[in-house]
Amino acid sequence: MSMSGSAVELPVTTDATPEEKVSSRQLKRQLRLQDAKTKLSSPWASGIAILLAILWTIPTFGLFVTSFRPPVDISTSGWWTFFTNPGITFENYQNAWSGNGGLSAFFLNSFVITLPAVLIPISLALLAAYAFAWIDFKGRSVLFVAVFALQIVPIQVTLIPLQTIFVSLGLQNSFWPVWISHTIFGLPLAIFLLHNFMKEVPASIVEAARVDGAGHVKIFFVVLLPLLVPAIAAFAIFQFLWVWNDLLVAIVFAPSPNLKPITAAIAELSGTRGNQWELLSAGAFIAIVVPLAVFLGLQRYFVRGLLAGGVKG
Amino acid sequence: MDWFLNPTSVADKLIVMVIAIALFVAIMGLILWLIDRPNVPSWLVVVGFLGPVTIALIVGLLYPALGTVWRSFQVSQTAIGPDGRPVVNPNTGQKTSELAFSLTNYQTVFTDPNFQKVLINTVWWVVLVPVLATFFGLIYAVLVDRTRGEKLAKALVFLPMAISMVGASIIWKFMYEYRQADVPQIGLLNQILVWLGLNPYQFIITEPWNTFFLIAVMIWIQAGFAMTVLSAAIKSVPDDIVEAAQIDGATGFKLFRKVTVPTIRPAVVVVLTTIAMGSLKAFDIVRTMTGGNFGTSIVANEFYTQSFRQGEGGKGIGAALAVILFVIIIPVILYNVRQMRLSEEMR
Repeated sequence: MSMSGSAVELPVTTDATPEEKVSSRQLKRQLRLQDAKTKLSSPWASGIAILLAILWTIPTFGLFVTSFRPPVDISTSGWWTFFTNPGITFENYQNAWSGNGGLSAFFLNSFVITLPAVLIPISLALLAAYAFAWIDFKGRSVLFVAVFALQIVPIQVTLIPLQTIFVSLGLQNSFWPVWISHTIFGLPLAIFLLHNFMKEVPASIVEAARVDGAGHVKIFFVVLLPLLVPAIAAFAIFQFLWVWNDLLVAIVFAPSPNLKPITAAIAELSGTRGNQWELLSAGAFIAIVVPLAVFLGLQRYFVRGLLAGGVKG
Repeated sequence: MDWFLNPTSVADKLIVMVIAIALFVAIMGLILWLIDRPNVPSWLVVVGFLGPVTIALIVGLLYPALGTVWRSFQVSQTAIGPDGRPVVNPNTGQKTSELAFSLTNYQTVFTDPNFQKVLINTVWWVVLVPVLATFFGLIYAVLVDRTRGEKLAKALVFLPMAISMVGASIIWKFMYEYRQADVPQIGLLNQILVWLGLNPYQFIITEPWNTFFLIAVMIWIQAGFAMTVLSAAIKSVPDDIVEAAQIDGATGFKLFRKVTVPTIRPAVVVVLTTIAMGSLKAFDIVRTMTGGNFGTSIVANEFYTQSFRQGEGGKGIGAALAVILFVIIIPVILYNVRQMRLSEEMR
């Protein structure tokens, strides 16, 4: 990306643009850029773009401002009056975190749920993806297509029988079914994505290692894993956002107040204390801040995963 | 063992988490160590790499999915013994129930007016969210393409994707917040109505439009996804095609309509179908904003309510709803796969 030169502003949020190699291509791009500039100098176009950007930002911004306003202000005036009548407090966050909101415990639960539910499916999927990409065995393509096809199973279809299984194992209403089901639900997409990335590794590298006498386990750990770090990051972000932001799996398999993640806690607050905006606004941002940080920090990988076909609903 | 299944203290929770990870590492380490020894047959290597995943998918996805399909055709009814009288459990003295084959679950879902409302709402979600999210995403992607500040502009629209649907619901619930006309509004949308001289409106409660205000939240979330994928597609439109069109005199909107749109059509289809599937399964927004009340429920939400909030009686209907969800998804996926094939053939 950095090769693209200073004159051309490349789309930094996407990695899809092929890296510029030929200088004539750069020149063309510059010409096109000028075109685009004239195209967009239309005040209508910029006006609509700005309007959309505002529409998409204002709701979050409003709640963000609200989370720092004293409760009295919140309930008697709109957040937009903050700019003429400012009053800042951090008490909302204090209350939501450790006071009557008590979100710190749920925040911990989210963390406890998320870490294994990201690590385990990635490890399993890496092994499976390796087998599909680099081990020759009978029925390989049939099995791969089957795994690929399982992506279409909506998790709703599995929940009732899974619950029965967990009950018969005595694991119900604990972290275990949450970890296990997140792992299972993440696997088809993870295997598909990581397989695609693994296939891109040049066969000569793998062959060379094989000639040197390395077995599959060694090739997997020594040769392929280091090359796959970006791919792993891409899927890790997906799975992280998916698990951290999940509500359904958590409230089905770990409904006990002691195990609830922060999403479930916030959803419940919204039902029981829907008028306490000082609590809800701060609570929502406590829930949002971690995925937001991960997302902004690793956006490049996220977009790469997105464009590689990794989409999960 | 109580701390193992239901840890309460911070330390216990963290310990259980570490144990879970360590257990996994130990098992997988053992498997890999076993298959890495010399003279291990190659089929055993394959089993080592693929076995855990295969078992997980069969037990955790395939078997439950089939189980749900089977369950959707069963109703719970009082067991009748060979003597034609209800079977009574000798321990509890209560009549026992058994499952029997029946189409009642589906019949209920398709004929009961409440469930019909749920189905109609779902159709609105699955149609409006993909179309409008793609529309806004595409417009925005085109408008900010190659402008100064493109990165920031895209990040702003992209951000809702990182926020959980629960978080987004809270954000929008606050936008829709209603206060009576004689007190100051605290929700922005009602304030705008008041500024325009109109009466404040109960966005979330007033049927039938409330469903559409919930749909707006999903559009707000998904537009960023549409924008990202379509923006990448627009950038990959070959330069020579654009230049040829420009030489032919195509500019601005015409260039967009005649050159850009046909070239990125496969990406548009992928985006539309992906968002359609996402909105079909989205349960969090309805659950958080209305709990399915005020005539806003959709299949994904009703599935949860029936399966896990109505005791044994709702399980059959819940299963039927899950199967309906699945059946609606299949043609969407097939269309998607077909489009992907077509676009690969064209290359």
